[in-house]
Amino acid sequence: MSKHHVTTTINGDPTEFLCGTGETLLDALREQLGLTGSKEGCASGDCGACSVMMNGRLVCSCLVLGVEAQGAEIETIEGVAEGENLHPLQKHFLKEAALQCGICTPGFIVAAKALLERNPNPTETEARYWLAGNLCRCTGYDKIIRAVMNAAAEMRGA
Amino acid sequence: MGNEEKQQSEISKGKYRVVGTRPIRPDGVDKVTGRATFGADFKPADMIYGRVVRSPHAHAVIKSINIEKALKVPGVKAIVTGKDFPDIGPGDIAAGEVVVSFYDMARNVIARDKVLYDGHAVAAVAATSPEAAAQAADLVEVEYKVLKPVMSARDAMAAGAPLLHDDMITQGVTPAPEKPSNVAHRHELKLGDIEAGFAEADEIIELEFNTQTVHQGYIEPHACVASMNADGVANVWCSSQGQFMVRAYTAKLCGLEISKVKVIPAEIGGGFGGKTVVYLEPLAVMLAKKAGRPVKMVMTRDEVLRATGPTSGGFGRCKLGAKKDGTITAADVELTYEAGAFAGSPVALGCMTGTASYDLANMRAVGWDVVVNRPKAAAYRAPGAPVAAFVVESTIDAMADKLGLDPLEMRLKNAAKEGTKAPYGPRFPRIGFVECLEAAKAHPHWTAPLGPNQGRGIAAGFWFNIGLSSSAAIALNEDGTVIVTEGNPDIGGSRASMAMMAAEVLGVEYERVKPLVADTESVPYSDLTGGSRVTFATGMAVTQAAQDLVKQLRERAAKIWDVDPDQVEWRDGQAVAIETDKHKPLSIADIGRMAGKTGGPLSGKANINAQGAGAGFGVHICDVEVDPETGYVSVKRYTAIQDVGTAIHPSYVEGQLQGGAAQGIGWALNEEYIYDKDGRMQNTGFLDYRMPVASDLPMIDTVLVEVPNPTHPFGVRGVGEVPIVPPLAAVANAVSHAIGKRCTDLPLSPPRLLAKIQGKG
Repeated sequence: MSKHHVTTTINGDPTEFLCGTGETLLDALREQLGLTGSKEGCASGDCGACSVMMNGRLVCSCLVLGVEAQGAEIETIEGVAEGENLHPLQKHFLKEAALQCGICTPGFIVAAKALLERNPNPTETEARYWLAGNLCRCTGYDKIIRAVMNAAAEMRGA
Repeated sequence: MGNEEKQQSEISKGKYRVVGTRPIRPDGVDKVTGRATFGADFKPADMIYGRVVRSPHAHAVIKSINIEKALKVPGVKAIVTGKDFPDIGPGDIAAGEVVVSFYDMARNVIARDKVLYDGHAVAAVAATSPEAAAQAADLVEVEYKVLKPVMSARDAMAAGAPLLHDDMITQGVTPAPEKPSNVAHRHELKLGDIEAGFAEADEIIELEFNTQTVHQGYIEPHACVASMNADGVANVWCSSQGQFMVRAYTAKLCGLEISKVKVIPAEIGGGFGGKTVVYLEPLAVMLAKKAGRPVKMVMTRDEVLRATGPTSGGFGRCKLGAKKDGTITAADVELTYEAGAFAGSPVALGCMTGTASYDLANMRAVGWDVVVNRPKAAAYRAPGAPVAAFVVESTIDAMADKLGLDPLEMRLKNAAKEGTKAPYGPRFPRIGFVECLEAAKAHPHWTAPLGPNQGRGIAAGFWFNIGLSSSAAIALNEDGTVIVTEGNPDIGGSRASMAMMAAEVLGVEYERVKPLVADTESVPYSDLTGGSRVTFATGMAVTQAAQDLVKQLRERAAKIWDVDPDQVEWRDGQAVAIETDKHKPLSIADIGRMAGKTGGPLSGKANINAQGAGAGFGVHICDVEVDPETGYVSVKRYTAIQDVGTAIHPSYVEGQLQGGAAQGIGWALNEEYIYDKDGRMQNTGFLDYRMPVASDLPMIDTVLVEVPNPTHPFGVRGVGEVPIVPPLAAVANAVSHAIGKRCTDLPLSPPRLLAKIQGKG
């Protein structure tokens, strides 16, 4: 079967790729575009390791088809830092030791960034429920939540 | 709390410059920006895609495998079955904490005559696209003679149970049974005379317990890429807990010399013991050999749950005798663990650890290792210990309740200390269990008030920790920076602790040390990352390599100054001439710059078998609230206290305690393998295999008790495994107190607990 030509924007850059009809956005990002920062942990939308932003909305890229990226604005973990400047979330994840193995970290950072864009001053409970779609097996979430709360405080200028 | 407010750890303050501080991990930026290369992220030129054909049956004889149709799928380049692999004879080999039978491992990686669990690999295909590989996998025709599956230890031990292995004669029983059974081993440990001990008791309690199979639950599925060149040299890129383990196992299973297999470690996305064995690598190598192209294989989550890990479920019994003052007079423990499809559950380790926290004159532990039609158990963080601790710590708790004693005081009364004889033989050297209990007693959590429907539980845990072989080399660069090369995958921040220990010894800034986890041809052999051994054993190797380099730096300075090396001291990263101010101190950068002119490049090395891994103890306190109408348990507060020896990087040590606690909470409350009557796993995804998410947990408070391990240069004890040992019992004890009934069956999922509350369970 012939592939589809998709024209999209990824991390601000105009991008084109070819993908199969059933190919997920995650596979397209990883296989066609070499953007392997988004991870596949489950392929069923349960672990959040493949979290990306699509038209301003947080999605699991394993549940989105590559062809759905046509005309969309996609943001991935690779676009979170600006050049050599890390995003406050990335800085606080490092400072708080909020990662052990690091496989879930890209998904957490993308999801947490989406949270803080919507709610710059979340309570701990709000952060925990927002991030309940992201699985981490290493940390017990304690340091992740601290990193998110500290990043939120820094971004508010508190 | 931010880093700037965090103090250097107590034991390190004033003593060390770098050890005990909290620097940013060297691999951190790569991991927060998505640049780090994990198992599935590598893609060499000309690569094709492999896929495993798996058994839909839990127990069946393979009558035939026909690959004709599959081979005709356009793009298919290779198909392998068990027949393509060398035959390997019986025989066990010790490997770290477990004993390996290559005969079984070969049959687990790809079935030969029989399939023994739902998901057992029977063939593998490689094709130019994942779609073609999937299509071909569907067209591999396997004819089975389906047998009745045996899904639990109880069923497997019943008279007349179908046999998984016709030749399995129970070991550890005298005289040896004449007939085969599903019981692989009986283990027994004894101290004193339990009958005499029970005769001395004022109270005796006996309880029975049940637990279910659980998975390690690492978020990264197994993944690898293998190539094999025409010269017969295989390269394997993969995430694992040990590149040398992958090399040894892959070479053995593929019939290759060790020097013909090179393993390049990727970043590892969690393992917890589950990546201490191989599944895909030998298949990928044989496919690559046939296809003449690199083959990538990545498991789906369904495959991970059905065919890797897990750790054993099973049942247990504990009979405990105690005097009115809480002194335990005898403990009799019996544990039965499901090994999965091949012998080798961690039940012996359960017997060794269950009562090890206590000074018992009279104890016996009997363990039964039973095969069932489930995936072969792999190591999972302190293998065997959490279930044993659940059995013993719950019974101690029940005894304290019965005697009207404080459960913490009862544990203190019986606590193991320096000189206590461990159930498995040796006497403990300096250990910190009493200090942990005292810290628990002093913690505000222990005396905080509880609300309605709430309960508090406490439990202890023990793990041996191991040393084994580690290698490290430190090369001095021309500008005085150094490269630390080691052979252990960094699974939770170990690059940071290696760099910190090297910086401490060398007297240089942490930022000037670059750690490297090397491939199997760039560093000598190192045992795998497991057994809580890396910061201890590889840390010891790094420390000794740094000391070796310091010795050479002193010699080099002595040569430059034309003095005896004994006249040169290494102080704060500089060579200083003793008893004279004639020579200006030489920094490591000065010596590095002049190395070529003063005798050549400098590097230190150490290849060791690290002795004296200090035993680890922990105490966890858990508060829960139970909804009496639904049986839903909410963890309200959790505190993990542990003797960590010396915390090299306290944040990552705390992380180990928090992560282990969270895994243990999942084990206690929700996680379990669910099979249908035909032995097919029903919950093969994260939606139904329910691991804790952020909204399930509170903050997990930690107390790092530091009783330095005298055998390690910085006092390190292993810390990774102990934290998963207490939580099963800590949670169950808390729930038992909340509902006023003793909970003995895990997981305490809402339906099971509701039945218990309503008197049906």
